[in-house]
Amino acid sequence: MKDEPRVGVFVCHCGTNIGGVVDVPEVVEYAKTLPYVVYADRNLYTCSEEGLNNIRDTIKEYNLNRVVVASCTPRTHEPLFRVACQEGGLNPYLFEMANIREHCSWVHHDSKEATEKAKDIVRMAVARSLWLEPQEEPELEIKDSSLVIGGGISGLVAAISLADQGFKVYLVEKEAELGGLVRQLYKLYPTLEDTSEILNPHIEEAKNHRNIEVHTSTTIKDIEGYVGNFHVTAIKNKEQIEFDVGTIIVATGAWNYHPPEGNFQYGVLDGVMTQLELEELLKEGKLERPEIIVMIQCVGSRVGEIWSYELVGLFHSQATRLLSKILGARGSEEGWAYCSKICCMNAIKNAILIKEQFPESEVTILYQDLRTYKEYEDFYRRARKLEVRFLKYIYEIPPEISEAPGNKLRVSFYDPFAGEEMSIICDKVALSTPLIPSKDGILLAKKLKIPLDQNGFLMEAHVKLRPIDTQIEGIFLAGTAAGPKDISESIVSAKAAAARASILMGNKVIKTEALTAVVNQDLCIGCGLCEELCPYGAHIVKDGKSTVIEALCKGCGVCVVACPQKAISAKHYTDDQILAAVKNAFTEQLT
Amino acid sequence: MKDSKSVLVVGGGIAGIQASLDAADRGFKVYLVEKTPSIGGRMAQLDKTFPTMDCSICILAPKMAECYRHSNITLLTYSEVQDAKGSIGNFEVAVLKKARHVKEDKCVGCGICTEKCPVKVPNEFEMGLADRKAIYMPFPQAVPRLTTIDEENCLFFQKGTCRVCEKLCEAGAIDFDEKPEEIVLNVDAIILATGFDVFNPKAITAYGYGKYKNVITAMELERLICASGPTDGYILRPSDGKEPESVVFIQCVGSRDQRYNPYCSSICCKYAIKDAVLIREHHPEIDTYVFYIDLRAFGKGFQEFANRSKEEYGINYIRSNPGEIREDPITQDLTIWYEDTLTRTIKPLTVGLVVLCTASIPRPDNKKLSELIGVELDDLGFFRASHDIDHPVDLTVPGVYGCGFCLGPRVGDIPHSVMQAGAAVARMSEELAGMEEA
Repeated sequence: MKDEPRVGVFVCHCGTNIGGVVDVPEVVEYAKTLPYVVYADRNLYTCSEEGLNNIRDTIKEYNLNRVVVASCTPRTHEPLFRVACQEGGLNPYLFEMANIREHCSWVHHDSKEATEKAKDIVRMAVARSLWLEPQEEPELEIKDSSLVIGGGISGLVAAISLADQGFKVYLVEKEAELGGLVRQLYKLYPTLEDTSEILNPHIEEAKNHRNIEVHTSTTIKDIEGYVGNFHVTAIKNKEQIEFDVGTIIVATGAWNYHPPEGNFQYGVLDGVMTQLELEELLKEGKLERPEIIVMIQCVGSRVGEIWSYELVGLFHSQATRLLSKILGARGSEEGWAYCSKICCMNAIKNAILIKEQFPESEVTILYQDLRTYKEYEDFYRRARKLEVRFLKYIYEIPPEISEAPGNKLRVSFYDPFAGEEMSIICDKVALSTPLIPSKDGILLAKKLKIPLDQNGFLMEAHVKLRPIDTQIEGIFLAGTAAGPKDISESIVSAKAAAARASILMGNKVIKTEALTAVVNQDLCIGCGLCEELCPYGAHIVKDGKSTVIEALCKGCGVCVVACPQKAISAKHYTDDQILAAVKNAFTEQLT
Repeated sequence: MKDSKSVLVVGGGIAGIQASLDAADRGFKVYLVEKTPSIGGRMAQLDKTFPTMDCSICILAPKMAECYRHSNITLLTYSEVQDAKGSIGNFEVAVLKKARHVKEDKCVGCGICTEKCPVKVPNEFEMGLADRKAIYMPFPQAVPRLTTIDEENCLFFQKGTCRVCEKLCEAGAIDFDEKPEEIVLNVDAIILATGFDVFNPKAITAYGYGKYKNVITAMELERLICASGPTDGYILRPSDGKEPESVVFIQCVGSRDQRYNPYCSSICCKYAIKDAVLIREHHPEIDTYVFYIDLRAFGKGFQEFANRSKEEYGINYIRSNPGEIREDPITQDLTIWYEDTLTRTIKPLTVGLVVLCTASIPRPDNKKLSELIGVELDDLGFFRASHDIDHPVDLTVPGVYGCGFCLGPRVGDIPHSVMQAGAAVARMSEELAGMEEA
């Protein structure tokens, strides 16, 4: 410690939240007895304008070089108090928070004991504060260009949105044509517009936009760097191309599941096809006369192994297993536990198209639960008016398909409403199969260090509130790469991804994490464990020593714990700082 | 964008909050108008969010605080849009700031006034399951952290007496003379995020809501099961304050029903599964049943969650749309008559508490806003998107966008509302950049 510490302690009543249980004046008096504490007082609300001004003014008046606020959770209030410290001329990292609300007054009823515990918490915070050091948040420049990976509807929409906002976009698609999986669709629900009417204008706009550089037949080879400064290497028709971008939008899409041969007689009996294959027949006008068609929902979805949600956040070790599952999906019986969400509407759409073209056709949809959410309920009614037949089957007894005389197919199933085995003799069976993670998505996730979810889709930073962000700053998700979505939802997510990327690029600079890991080069033996474990790719071992790329480091501390040499420390969470607090948890007097 | 553009966001729920934050981070000057005293919306009222079981207010509160602190955001709570004219790039919007009678710059939110106020009023945030005072803070994490005097119930405004709050307020924040104030804002764009209302199941007399005390709505259950709610998270029956032996959830109350709302509200199956699981976590001894037509557990992680709810938590699912509920006048238990369509039998089931999963319906305010701004409503009363597939967040007037449940049940859940908020900000940025170029 260079200067003699001068600590100010501000204890908050939080109205009656703290003050109703903890004897706040007693805690203040106690704080005054602690070494190096030169000021202690209380506020009704430290976070009020008045409380914050008090912190600011007291720092100046008492020449404080450490501030401790004993109040609520740093999760919501630390930024506020840090700003107050800054206004008082103090580096914001010389601030420490003691949580005497969530950790004390909210969970204890006995006032005397709670007051004692509050004193312990304050003593620990003061002890830690003595060891704090000022930290700086380095500024990082953000390049105003973006890489969009995947030229399906989501990639196109994201690219056009960014380009319209004035950013340079590199749109990379591995196929020779833009359009992705949507290109195979005939019409879109619920408006029954031709897919081309929606898709083609986007393709044309992307191709002709002066801010978009389209690279088809191109695959990503490597991506290095970090938010604001990614260096991308791609292979286009066997030639290497490179560009630098500030942000990345991953729009690698999803695959359509194909049942393994023999499953539901797929690939064995003529006339058994996937729903998408049926749609292609419709598109090509190959359904030439009225037919009897049975559609079976949830083929390959809502089945298979169910993993508990806590397993979410699988890292790279799982990628290999998931990859073999996806590739094996064409040859194994393993299905997917999730609901693919779009299949009910898709089946109804095709049923309507068939009935409108050939009213004498007989179309039956066999379902488990009909999931025509939102206004799609109308779509369901429309199909029923057209006399599309909806019959339920139960999970335990999946429908069986067999040959029937006269080149026909027999679908047998148990109808729980009738309580009977039923069978339908038909011409065609369409299997509604789910959208599944794409191989490209999983391989790219591995390259970019984006965690995968339990099913192999790319995982969002927070499933509720950050559905577009990934754990890697500057990389965003659009469309079905993150899970099944219909076209409209994909477009919403793509626009949102563009918004998130535009925020970074529009601001031109960001402040990055101050609390990064630091390697003591003298102690480092270059074993590489940190490089292997770092989820953000922030450690690089070169010439037998590890260094940290600060822009990538999130300060998670994994390397700090793992380092066998104790060569790595985390700024603001050094052993000295943590141990100071721990030691003081068990002593009466500050040491 | 060269100069700083501005946007009006109407509605301070999760969709409006996210739209404000994204727009403010993008460099827009944001005016966030919320008609109640605090931002937070429906999400603030929920106990947990499915399927991750995050505490709802715990993940929302930091975003609320961020809105409050953000230098580009001006919060106008307890305010309503009065008038709007103009077009993209130049809207003129009049906002009425209602009289709170508590000075924003003086109140520190200590709550002494709310303790001493003698008037008790049903607490809206707690769905009427607890009381608040005539001067009140809507909920503990309210933003801004201010109290508000509700004129309709305040003794001073009704009878000219009392003024206890004024005497007790150390900050001198009470101002009985405060008048409503009209503010005129010039903005480049408007984002509507007015959310949804809850269908009142009194209309369905066979279920006896409002007549039988132990028939409640799912929103009421959210408060009952919340650890900071009126019963500290214990499931207690309104009739006798006792723990019920069994609880039933009934789906599609007022939705998927031609008499009331033809559409599917999208969220009810999922929150019912969540609430059923929460009940079993809080009270493993309570039997729980869910009556459904189709169990719509679509979306990321939901089917898996539904499966777990059966296998790990033993929730009973019955495929039926019950016909009638009858109350035992002595025990106040409820008997549900239903046909189990999977076994084709008509049976009664007697339980202690019935939870109606009611439809999410359009806000009545949508009509006024649609008239003021000129955007169309759809047949249901939600804001109409200019194209269902291709322009899902554009409304029918250029420069006006929508996000969240006010666009209809759409996907309806929180992540999609957050995405729509981002999409609205992207569309606004695109169109304003395009105008600048032209």
